[in-house]
Amino acid sequence: MQHLHRSHIYGVMGEFGDPAELIHAVEKIRAAGYRRVNAYSPFPVEGLSEALGLKRDMVSTICLLGGLAGGVGGFFFQYWVATTAYPLNIGGRPLNSWPAFIPVTFELTILGASLAAVFGMLALNKLPQPHHPVFNVPRFTHASADRFFVCIEAKDPKFHLAECARILQEVHAHHITEVSDD
Amino acid sequence: MSAGQPPLDSPEIRRLTPVIGPGYTYGSVTDKISAIVLTRPTSIGWYIGFLIAFSVMGMMTVAIGWLIIKGTGIWGINIPIGWGFAIVNFVWWIGIGHAGTLISAILFLLNQKWRTSINRFAEAMTLFAVACAGMFPLIHTGRPWMAFYMFPYPSTMGIWPQFRSPLIWDVFAVSTYGTVSLMFWFVGLIPDLATLRDRSVKKPMKIIYGMLSMGWRGSARHWHRYQSAYLLLAGLATPLVLSVHSVISFDFSVAIVPGWHTTVFPPYFVAGAIYSGFAMVLTIAIPLRKAYGLEDFITMRHLDNMAKVMLATGLIVAYGYFIEFFMASYSGNKFDVFLVQQRLHGPYAPFYYALILCNILIPQLLWSFKMRHNVAVLFIMSIVVNIGMWLERFVIVVISLTRDFVPSAWGRYSPTVWDWATFIGTMGMFVTLIFLFVRVLPAISIAEMRELVAETSEDEK
Repeated sequence: MQHLHRSHIYGVMGEFGDPAELIHAVEKIRAAGYRRVNAYSPFPVEGLSEALGLKRDMVSTICLLGGLAGGVGGFFFQYWVATTAYPLNIGGRPLNSWPAFIPVTFELTILGASLAAVFGMLALNKLPQPHHPVFNVPRFTHASADRFFVCIEAKDPKFHLAECARILQEVHAHHITEVSDD
Repeated sequence: MSAGQPPLDSPEIRRLTPVIGPGYTYGSVTDKISAIVLTRPTSIGWYIGFLIAFSVMGMMTVAIGWLIIKGTGIWGINIPIGWGFAIVNFVWWIGIGHAGTLISAILFLLNQKWRTSINRFAEAMTLFAVACAGMFPLIHTGRPWMAFYMFPYPSTMGIWPQFRSPLIWDVFAVSTYGTVSLMFWFVGLIPDLATLRDRSVKKPMKIIYGMLSMGWRGSARHWHRYQSAYLLLAGLATPLVLSVHSVISFDFSVAIVPGWHTTVFPPYFVAGAIYSGFAMVLTIAIPLRKAYGLEDFITMRHLDNMAKVMLATGLIVAYGYFIEFFMASYSGNKFDVFLVQQRLHGPYAPFYYALILCNILIPQLLWSFKMRHNVAVLFIMSIVVNIGMWLERFVIVVISLTRDFVPSAWGRYSPTVWDWATFIGTMGMFVTLIFLFVRVLPAISIAEMRELVAETSEDEK
């Protein structure tokens, strides 16, 4: 019976009124051994990432790579234009006048790094994503206003509907709901 | 400070002028800010203001249309003054944009809580100012439909841009600035767009905000990466904003024209940009908080802080004017000395004196606590500084170009009606965009205001 359930539910969700309760709940649930747990909040809650055990994210690495690509690519592109593609002899001055290429190199470094940071963040977050099972919970509209949510996902090896509902009750969650997966 | 007063950072003083009015919750800040967009009926005042701004923008459209038909001959420019209003306005507008980035990036890195309620519309102001600015060099080329020549692309003619030219540096600086500002603004908007999606009742609004918010659901995993990206963007935008006006000042200082060829230009241009930008933020913030009853969010503390930033950057600008004088006299270069004398006694001397009055003398009133707390004075002051900064660019561009090395190359410049129509028209475009912005997007960052509520409630505990 439980087995059938698991195939079409996404998880169990509980609601909280303030960030401190949310962090407390996440810590309790993780201590009980659940790993596929996620929290939803209307603003970034301090300490929540640690409570969920999130690792260092990749955004800064992607940003660095983008910046390097922009800077190195930008410089050598100018070098190529000035020495190979369109060399202009101006009073015999050197073609590779590198100090004059620095402003554009700098701007392209910033541009590359910024584009990488933003699009890298969106890609890692798998956004845009028009639909997600959590939106099936009617009260979830409050996640973008004034309420905080915790969801134990059905993919968790320990997942058991009644057991999850019980642990959410233990941490005083309001409106404990089953999240359907469609 | 007298002995009886509490120190400036004490809780007593903070309570006197808080960054957010008392008694707000996550729900109430959300309601109050999103209501401006979602539920409040559009007021008659909005329609009237929008119509006026839109008509002024129409004037710009006509002026640019005529320019495209006839060419830049309809403007007052002619050799030796090839730059004129187009470049004056370009530098002025781009400078205005700088305050938005300063507020959103530098104050974010410095962890200044008071930036929260003003950063969104200051960033919007940056974008709109950059849009106005970008138009001038474009139409100044005379053949704006050929503007893509400035970008490096493999053309069949086999030519490439000259990367040693400050004008090409400009293209890269301004387009990078525009792109990064847009991304910074949009990334900040994503959580708020999700709020609007969840709170709008009408189907079309739900769909539009839903698409723009890209399915943001406030997941902790998303916030984790979001915060990294936002911090990185702030860190990248900070050197960027300092570089943009430096690069623009290279347009002048790399040339050998007297009055332009000085090393003080980059820092003094950046300070001037922030100065005029903060003036423009005040010009917008004061009517905005009044019209939408946002006095609890944009408090006197914000206005006071902005006035202080204006005072500080105004003094840096004053130092720049002084150093220009000093270096010209100290160098003993007769062309530089002559140019400085021309500023004081030449045909454009009244502009120079007006500039000193607007940018240096009048803003000294901001030393007074009373003046900084008088909203009407601040509003007038912000207009005065904007005029002063425009005059500064006029003085730099026009006096140097009309008085360079040999008298046979001297000239005079006066703008035509088309110059004025274009310039005033861009103000119409700017205000039109601001009007549309406050109507369809949250003018204050809702997610960051909730964070502020959380932090202030923790402080009280």
